[in-house]
Amino acid sequence: MENKFNPIKDYNLSKEKLIKMYQDMLKIRYFENKITDLYSKGLMPGLAHLYIGEEAIAVGVCNNLTERDFATSTHRGHGHLIAQGCDLKRMMAEVLGKEDGYCRGKGGTMHIADFSKGILGANGIVGAGIPIATGSGYSAKVRGTDQVTVAFFGDAASNQGTFHESINMAAAWKLPVIYVCENNLYGISVDIRKVANTKDIATRALAYDIPGVVVDGNDVLEVYMVTKEAVERARRGEGPTLIEGKTYRWKGHHLGDPGRVYRLEKETKEWMARCPIKTYKERLLNENVATDKELVIIEKEIKQMVEEAANFAIKSPYPKEEEAFEDLFTEPEGVK
Amino acid sequence: MRKITYGQAICEAIDEEMARDKSVIFLGEDIEVLGGNFRATPGLYEKYGGWRVRNTPISENSFTGLGLGAALTGLRPIVEIMFCDFMMLAGDQIVNQIAKIRYMSGGQARVPLTIRTTLGAGRSTAAQHSQSLQAIVCHIPGLKVVMPSSASEAKGLLKTAIRDDNPVVFFEHKMEYNKTYEVPEGEYIIPFGVANILKEGKDITIVGTSNQALKALQAAEELTKEGIDAEVIDPRTLVPLDKDTIIKSVKKTGRLLIVDEGYERCGVAGEIAMSILKDVFYHLNAPIERLTTANVPIPFSPALEFPLIPDEKKIYQRVKDMVLG
Repeated sequence: MENKFNPIKDYNLSKEKLIKMYQDMLKIRYFENKITDLYSKGLMPGLAHLYIGEEAIAVGVCNNLTERDFATSTHRGHGHLIAQGCDLKRMMAEVLGKEDGYCRGKGGTMHIADFSKGILGANGIVGAGIPIATGSGYSAKVRGTDQVTVAFFGDAASNQGTFHESINMAAAWKLPVIYVCENNLYGISVDIRKVANTKDIATRALAYDIPGVVVDGNDVLEVYMVTKEAVERARRGEGPTLIEGKTYRWKGHHLGDPGRVYRLEKETKEWMARCPIKTYKERLLNENVATDKELVIIEKEIKQMVEEAANFAIKSPYPKEEEAFEDLFTEPEGVK
Repeated sequence: MRKITYGQAICEAIDEEMARDKSVIFLGEDIEVLGGNFRATPGLYEKYGGWRVRNTPISENSFTGLGLGAALTGLRPIVEIMFCDFMMLAGDQIVNQIAKIRYMSGGQARVPLTIRTTLGAGRSTAAQHSQSLQAIVCHIPGLKVVMPSSASEAKGLLKTAIRDDNPVVFFEHKMEYNKTYEVPEGEYIIPFGVANILKEGKDITIVGTSNQALKALQAAEELTKEGIDAEVIDPRTLVPLDKDTIIKSVKKTGRLLIVDEGYERCGVAGEIAMSILKDVFYHLNAPIERLTTANVPIPFSPALEFPLIPDEKKIYQRVKDMVLG
């Protein structure tokens, strides 16, 4: 596996945009490194499904969206939320099950939602966000807006009925939805190549007569460009696109899974050598987009930001026991 | 008062709400030119057009989830699932998504979504088109559950369901669509959580869900000839449940029969009984009883089907046994 990148100048992007994408990827990486730290100290309850290694997809995609657009996320959702500009403090507080978390401690790592940024929820059920995103796209059509919706999901979700049912409807009705498959090759321990005959999941788009694009999911600029085209198509009313980003999760399925028994070390190492952040940093430096000094400052700032988020989350109180009975219905007094 | 069918009452409710609020949309199988499998909603497609009234492919889980996505982003969808048996295909979206997203998001989400579906046996359509699965829905926190009895009830309750900012599962009885009832002219709504006392009485309370409330009323009228004065209550909504009205009634009558077409085991009747038992125990003159569908799939042949389903004759007999001993 070789790293083949196009010159940055070919993408015709502003320095500001190029740097922002670096910052966004770093935020995800540092945020999840911090989760690993808090988890190992016993401060984080539950499971942590880490996105480390896949940052370029969320960042390349979400940098095409505005806060008026929508996205549905997955159990491995931290990256999508961070790339969409969600608040690290409230995210980390939710991860620790605290009162100041986005979901007031009721959702946790797998279910963070931020409706103010269009994030309609991370989701603990594989493939379940896909129809929800499709409905969000239907809604934009009915309301006559140019909003688009992104459905993030993994390779394993592409074998759920919801994937096929939803893309079928979106294609039939030309809905403004971008289906982004993050193919990290494994559904927990199961190798996608052993349970599906399609080499590229994107070819499934053919069945629904919509564009299907394979992209190097570790190249943030390529992801950005293919998404840009899909978003423009969607906004023009030309319907959905299926994008498959080839990538790899560095960690196990979650922090309790070392992720070794079902994968070859060689494979993991090869993918780690293609780190989406490290390779992008080298390109920024080699192609004189940024200086080493500038990037060091950015790294320091983001470390600080994540540190503050962690401190905020640790200090935040746990929700009160009686809050378990709140937020079920819109009636504040509940429903008998 | 004018008389219209149960189906027409349903159609009027949707029509009025779609005219009143542009964000109301209507999705489901065969709802465009057919007006639904039970022909309850003809004309809406012609009136409101292809985006607000839309046929879906036969993909229950995803079109129900599509309804959720639309509800989260500014619309007020009505999703029709032809038979509640088919609702099981949408199990993930209903149970894990629709019912939970508001709670899991810490109150951020608002889900103004109505799922209309049908229940009930009696059409010789066997075990996959005849069930009454309200208990399964009631079991899941986060869903309101409505079981209208007559046409006028269906209209007022459906309008409330559509206006509700929470997910509502609305069970229509498929044997009722073509029956004619008195329905008031013009606009009215019926609030959730307020039971309807169809007949006052002093000897026994009969709680009947869906059209079993009407069957109970018929039985109660016959029973007066036997000198039995039954009180008949239609709870209208199972979530929320107006326990107070039932408790008050049972304290007065000392007897309670609950009639529900769902299966007996872990059913609605057992739940209603248990949820009020503590409040009425020392007022009871007899054990609480229930009349439900036995724990077998609904068979095809009418010779097998009808004996299993509660009806006015079975209610009559059971009440007589309970009161006269």
